[in-house]
Amino acid sequence: MTPVAVLLWAIAALLGTAVMAVALSRAAVATQLVYSACAVICGVALLFLLVHLVGQPGSTTSLSLPLGLPWLGAHFRLDPLATFFLIVVDLGGAAASVYGLGYGRHETAPHRVLPFFAAFLAGMNLVVLADDAFTFLLCWEFMSLTSWALVMTHHQDKENTRAGYIYLVMASFGTLALLLAFGLLAGPDGHYGFAAIRATEHTPAVAGLVLALALLGAGSKAGLVPLHVWLPLAHPAAPSHVSALMSGVMTKVAIYGFVRIVFDLLGQPAWWWSLVVLFLGGISTVLGVIYALMQHDLKRLLAYHTVENIGIIYIGLGLALAFQTNAMNGAAALALAAALFHVLNHSIFKSLLFFGAGAVLTATHERDMEHLGGLIHRMPYTSFAFLVGCVAISALPPLNGFVSEWLTFQAILQSTNLPQWSLKIMVPAVGGLLALSAALAAACFVKAFGVTFLGRPRTPAAAQAQEVDRFSLGAMFICAALCLLAGILPGLVIDGLAPVTLSLIGDRMPVQTSIPWLSIVPITAGRSSYNGLLVFAFIAFSASLAAYVIHRFASRALRRAPAWDCGYPDLSPVTQYTASSFAQPIRRVFGDLAFRVREKLDMPPPGDIRPARFIATLRDRIWDTLYMPVVRAVNFGADHLNRLQFLTIRRYLNLVFLTLITLLLVLAIWR
Amino acid sequence: MAVILDLLVQGAQMALVLLLAPLLTGLVRKTKARLLRRQGAPIVQPYRDLLRLLRKEVVLAENASWLFRVAPYLIFASTWVAAALVPTFATGLMFNWTADLIAIIALLGSARFFLALSGMDIGTSFGGIGSSREVMIASLAEPAMLLIVFTVALIAGSTQLSTVSAFMASPSVGLRMSLALALVALIMVALAENARIPVDNPSSHLEVTMVHEAMVLEYSGRHLAMIEFGGFLKLLLYVSLIASVFMPWGIADHAAGPVEYAFGAIAYLIKLALVGVLLAVFETAIAKMRVFRVSEFLGAALMLGLLGTLLLFVSRSL
Amino acid sequence: MERIIFDIAHSLAGGLVLVSFMMLYQDRLPALINIFAVQAVLLALSVAWQAYMQDAPHLYITAGIALVFKAMIIPVALHRIIKQLGIHREIEPVVGIGSTMFIGIGLVALSMVVMLRVTGHAAPVAREDLAFALSVILLGMLMMVTRRNAVGQVIGFMSLENGLVLAATGAKGMPLVVEISIAFSVLIAFIVIGIFLFRIRERFDTVDLSALDSHRGGQ
Repeated sequence: MTPVAVLLWAIAALLGTAVMAVALSRAAVATQLVYSACAVICGVALLFLLVHLVGQPGSTTSLSLPLGLPWLGAHFRLDPLATFFLIVVDLGGAAASVYGLGYGRHETAPHRVLPFFAAFLAGMNLVVLADDAFTFLLCWEFMSLTSWALVMTHHQDKENTRAGYIYLVMASFGTLALLLAFGLLAGPDGHYGFAAIRATEHTPAVAGLVLALALLGAGSKAGLVPLHVWLPLAHPAAPSHVSALMSGVMTKVAIYGFVRIVFDLLGQPAWWWSLVVLFLGGISTVLGVIYALMQHDLKRLLAYHTVENIGIIYIGLGLALAFQTNAMNGAAALALAAALFHVLNHSIFKSLLFFGAGAVLTATHERDMEHLGGLIHRMPYTSFAFLVGCVAISALPPLNGFVSEWLTFQAILQSTNLPQWSLKIMVPAVGGLLALSAALAAACFVKAFGVTFLGRPRTPAAAQAQEVDRFSLGAMFICAALCLLAGILPGLVIDGLAPVTLSLIGDRMPVQTSIPWLSIVPITAGRSSYNGLLVFAFIAFSASLAAYVIHRFASRALRRAPAWDCGYPDLSPVTQYTASSFAQPIRRVFGDLAFRVREKLDMPPPGDIRPARFIATLRDRIWDTLYMPVVRAVNFGADHLNRLQFLTIRRYLNLVFLTLITLLLVLAIWR
Repeated sequence: MAVILDLLVQGAQMALVLLLAPLLTGLVRKTKARLLRRQGAPIVQPYRDLLRLLRKEVVLAENASWLFRVAPYLIFASTWVAAALVPTFATGLMFNWTADLIAIIALLGSARFFLALSGMDIGTSFGGIGSSREVMIASLAEPAMLLIVFTVALIAGSTQLSTVSAFMASPSVGLRMSLALALVALIMVALAENARIPVDNPSSHLEVTMVHEAMVLEYSGRHLAMIEFGGFLKLLLYVSLIASVFMPWGIADHAAGPVEYAFGAIAYLIKLALVGVLLAVFETAIAKMRVFRVSEFLGAALMLGLLGTLLLFVSRSL
Repeated sequence: MERIIFDIAHSLAGGLVLVSFMMLYQDRLPALINIFAVQAVLLALSVAWQAYMQDAPHLYITAGIALVFKAMIIPVALHRIIKQLGIHREIEPVVGIGSTMFIGIGLVALSMVVMLRVTGHAAPVAREDLAFALSVILLGMLMMVTRRNAVGQVIGFMSLENGLVLAATGAKGMPLVVEISIAFSVLIAFIVIGIFLFRIRERFDTVDLSALDSHRGGQ
């Protein structure tokens, strides 16, 4: 059996699980059964893929099934790029399923989650395997619709319905863009197979247009600014393990779509398209993290932060495009490897953080950080795992987030060899944006962890939280361990990515695993190197050495006492810094970039005993300037077209007749 | 044998930064005091402070978590590792390739991350103020620092400090506007990162104005000693950074013998003293800013870094 | 030797751009005038260096003019004007300082891209001087646009003119006549604007230009 066939069987098993979930829908065992089935299937697929990656790196197998369009069939293909993204998908899927084993027990409407969960996993796997435009789009829509159903799980909530609606509109828009892109790629003769598309030469105009459409289509699914508006609404609305899948994995499938179209199918677009990609990526990173900083809903903060990471990935892709179009394949391989490494990293730590948020939600029934606090005492394991995720996502060494950003910086430093002046200047500026976003991300996660887990509990719910079950913790700790592993042994990942860059760009980064002490060296040792393992060992060694020496030779005495707080300790937990007050300095410095801020201070006159109120309203500038006009236009059109509903039959016939005549006239004149 | 020697030299550097860091802070304090016509505490006072703090018992707030107790050691360790990776008396030491300049900055970022978290652990308002301002300052200082790194790295063709240092000492570097801008920006960032005037006042204990001190308000005893030591090391790190990139004269090569090492060490001591005195003079001459002016100050550093990178493209070789 | 000559020219011209940025950052009038004087000194040095490099002694005159007029007479006069008129010492910019500097960086990037692309075949020194000069000119204009205060605008205008002089000396063989005419035209402009300042002050008791808006008809 070829590897593709194995994976298709796994997908079939997932679909079967979905059907079984429908059948069992309200039985008590359904939750355990479905999640364990998904975990096992994804786990097996993951193991198989890893063995495949190690055993036959760079091999490609394909298979076609007599499904879909009669003259086309459904083609599937497993090449290095698909292998990598399937690993990401199945890793996220397996972790989410394990988490679901525990988390799913608290679900009030499991029959709305289980069938779609399995189907969603199957859909994401199918998109990555698809090898013709028709299958790709069909699976893409399948993935969108199943995830939409999951967003609508708790549809009684008004906000969720709105989120679902916006998501549906944006997803349709994205698919439309992709449909047009594939239409252009296929050309007038309609070669929908990827192999045929790859073989055709595309004119620069077509290539540019396809790239723009791919940016719109994949970008809207991934959450690239300014197409991000649905994401922070839809991702938090779903149950937490589904949020993890959507944020951590589905956005990566969208990235896969972009990479597949631009680097594999398209051939060479004009170099200046990389400027567009870099610009959008840079804007996304900074705006994404500023949006995230202003949130006080934990899950929404995480969702907004996804926009930032998508931006980082697009910066890497833009760099790869810039280098590739200038025939600097070594640098292009470095940039692409950095982007793909970040894809893997983000899928791991974003899943971990959403799991953590889900655990907090289970324990306290609260998502609003202003109502949490002090959870580190009640939920020590969750808080530890969440802390690891926070450090990793803030791009701090020795964890994995830092490695991929470091590689991106190394790629940026290659930009002086580019021939175009505008790229030469643009790339370091984008590097500045990346650095800004990295620092702001650290601020964002100090806030997320500090307000949620540290300090004193702000509500009774937070004070009485209980640690969550073993499955949830297990999923979190698996992700945390992976964060550390990928951080201290990045050479393994980079070497694993080599077949992908070889197949797409024709070059690869130097072999990393043979370098002494397991350092990573992107270009040459004299230029730059980093060793996560040694950094980790040094920090661990010197911290324990300091602790040992002090406790042994100096003093180990310790006394508990009330907090000092400059002599004015206040017993009420409401005097703590809140999420909004923590972000206030940053809002004053950066807020105007992304928001229209209106501050209102309601200070009662002396003698009045009502409390003073400070109200800050933030309005998303992009929503107001880009989307509101569209909404208004649609409403306007709908109002006016409404009249068509109340016509007589004769008039309807008239309309049909006139339309037919017009179409015939157009045909007569055009041809 | 060679490996053991290399290890010895590397160990010597780690010990050296540990020994010198309090001395540098002591020197700056003493010079400031003399400039204000005060007698001032002796130069070795920071050592005495550290020893005193280490011997004292820790008074821990009742609701302090494990993070609050672990953080000081983590902060100290990551700052120490970062400081030991910057070339002081010699380049190309055994573990210099463990982390390049970007990684060193990120290590300091890790230390700050935990410091800001520990400020929020007890749940007092002062800790919150401190953390919130600290991350605001860092959110501007870190990108400015990375842009400086870009400028330097694009000129030297490397982010590895040893290579950069060797390149800067060679005659091929010449006079460059970009480097001047980078130096100015680096000094501004160093002032902000080390909580010096005009960004923060290291000796201030007025609650509403302090940033760094507010975060560590709840710490005492050995924990406070670790954090203070981390602060000393950070100052030393920035001074060594400025010394190794912009005053690379006298640094020994990695294949050098003990004589060159001794020579490099003397040069390093002179540079430290020089920069320390200059810092004290600067701090005495200038007033502290309001917190919200800091964003303009650091924004200017950011712009200088960016300008430095841009101006690279008009200069000769690129 | 060749290289160090080039490096000094580069540093001086780059210094002009840097000082332009300092002007954008500064929000106090007296300090602004002082920085302008620094820019004039740098300009004089830069022009003198060009004179040495190009072996064109007439450029020393230009340098002298820059040094005497722009670095001494004009700043002193402006300081006196501020003192006599009791003008508000703080300038309120139309756009925030951070955004202004950000736009400034964008302008520098723009002028580099334009100049380096257009002057591909010119000598490196001239190329770079032109890129810097265009930056100084654009930054001067930016300063005029973003300052409400008339004195700030005058300084912006003069810094723009510094950029013109830099461009003129960077291009080899620029005749002195043109240079003197530029210098004089600036002096005249300065006098005119100076008188203008007095007038505004007499009539409306402020030099804030937005105060004039209320006197426009039909609004």
